[in-house]
Amino acid sequence: MRKGTRLALLFGAVPFLTLVFALPLVNRIKPVIFGFPFVLFWILLWVALTPLFLFLAYKIEKKFNPPDDEEKP
Amino acid sequence: MNAALLIIFGTIIVSTLVGLYAGRRVKMNLENWTVGGRRFGIMLIWLLMAGEIYTTFTFLGASGWAYSKGAPTYYILIYGALAYTLSFFILPELWRLGKRYGLQTQPDFFMKIYGSRFLSVLVAIIGILSILPYLQLQLTGLGFIVEAASNGAVSSRLAIGISFLLTCAFVYTSGIRGSAWVSVIKDVMMITAVGIVGIGVPRIYFGGIGKMFKTLIGLKPGHLIFPGAAPQMDVLWVMSTVLLTGLGFYMWPHVFGSAFSAKSAKIIKRNAIIMPFYQIPILLVCMVGFTAFLVLPGLKNGDTAFLAIVQKAYPSWFLGFVGAAGAVTAMVPASILVLFASALLVKNVYQTGFNPSAGEGQVMRLSRAMVLVITTAALALALFFPNALVNLLLIGYDGVAQFFPGVVLGLFWKRVSGTGVVCGLAAGISLASFLVFGGHDPFLGLNAGFVALVVNAVLVIAVSLLSRPGKTL
Repeated sequence: MRKGTRLALLFGAVPFLTLVFALPLVNRIKPVIFGFPFVLFWILLWVALTPLFLFLAYKIEKKFNPPDDEEKP
Repeated sequence: MNAALLIIFGTIIVSTLVGLYAGRRVKMNLENWTVGGRRFGIMLIWLLMAGEIYTTFTFLGASGWAYSKGAPTYYILIYGALAYTLSFFILPELWRLGKRYGLQTQPDFFMKIYGSRFLSVLVAIIGILSILPYLQLQLTGLGFIVEAASNGAVSSRLAIGISFLLTCAFVYTSGIRGSAWVSVIKDVMMITAVGIVGIGVPRIYFGGIGKMFKTLIGLKPGHLIFPGAAPQMDVLWVMSTVLLTGLGFYMWPHVFGSAFSAKSAKIIKRNAIIMPFYQIPILLVCMVGFTAFLVLPGLKNGDTAFLAIVQKAYPSWFLGFVGAAGAVTAMVPASILVLFASALLVKNVYQTGFNPSAGEGQVMRLSRAMVLVITTAALALALFFPNALVNLLLIGYDGVAQFFPGVVLGLFWKRVSGTGVVCGLAAGISLASFLVFGGHDPFLGLNAGFVALVVNAVLVIAVSLLSRPGKTL
């Protein structure tokens, strides 16, 4: 596996860690943040951050993988 | 003339015209019809995928679950984010393969990777069987929304009949391009409706979303954490369900197929980055469900919560607007589902399975004819076997998610064998059906489809290691 892909996968793992495997740890009401029960706030936070992690994955792939990896239309 | 009716039928007709118009000037061959000639840029791909994902379920199911089950509805917010993340890594590879070998459908992919007509036909049949209930869901949802939004002036049957004949027409002429363009209308209306209601309703009754939650926490805090009001849907269920639905998302034949419509792999990656923003309307829909839980307790069917509270809080013309948005929100996914069900049936069951010598023109003609047949079949299902909305969707998901090992290992693992995939698929589908229909879902607290998927994946790997790579049986 190319280095860029490997690093990108690390970013891609974040939503799975936070939105699946962390759920048992965050299943509570308090603290209420911005009016949201904590578990819902947690979910919204990481869903909202998913584009950021995918963007980082995109950038890092571009940086480390050879350019011919991106084919022409 | 009733303003609500005018808005509903005006929207349905304008959408149809846009759908018909989208296909003019395009010389229609099979590749243009099913995958838009592989020329969609970021806008059309985004619209197309949003068109597939945002179904009537967004309106009715998510708010219905927030109303009747509470916290388990959060799963809908989560799985999209997981699916888009996966798509970033899987779809570009799939697209390259599609471009190189001219693949148009999911069974085409299985045929190319595993060289097995048997497997390809099997995948096509499972795909069609999963699409049909999902299509029926759109029809039932549409009838339900229009009937409620017109205050019973238009019967559900009439609404379903008219809008699906029109949907049929633009699928027939314009193919996937029609669906993508109608999606523009759908998205604008749906996001407007959900934005107004999702922010408005909590404000009208409680002065804002925060205050609404404060009231709900004071009254019934258990509703807002897992398992909410559904004891069988605890954290473990949520975890296994978001994994199953997140992995299964792009395994739906129509969503899978839409990857082939992109102009480049880069477009697909950029699309994956922006897709999670589409989860915001779902959040707003959930807010409506929670508000209804406080304001309108005791509704028999949670799926009516969204419309019931709109009816209570807004003038009837706005209810008509919501009904119109709901109607297009059913028409777009339905058009894509009909299209892919037809293409699968003709190209991958008939041509691959029974008549490999059929020419492209013949496949195209038959696929178009099949659009009518499949719409009729779904109509019959919707009228005679209506069922709870979400449950249907979950059974479909259990089925298509079983393609995941065959797709991902096929793309990234040289050692995988068709024999392994057939064994895994057969075991996964049988186990999922047994558990779901036998009343064992959840199984030990886990989503039954997820249990089946794990068994499936283990079998694929084990049998692949014991058999020759690539070939089947």
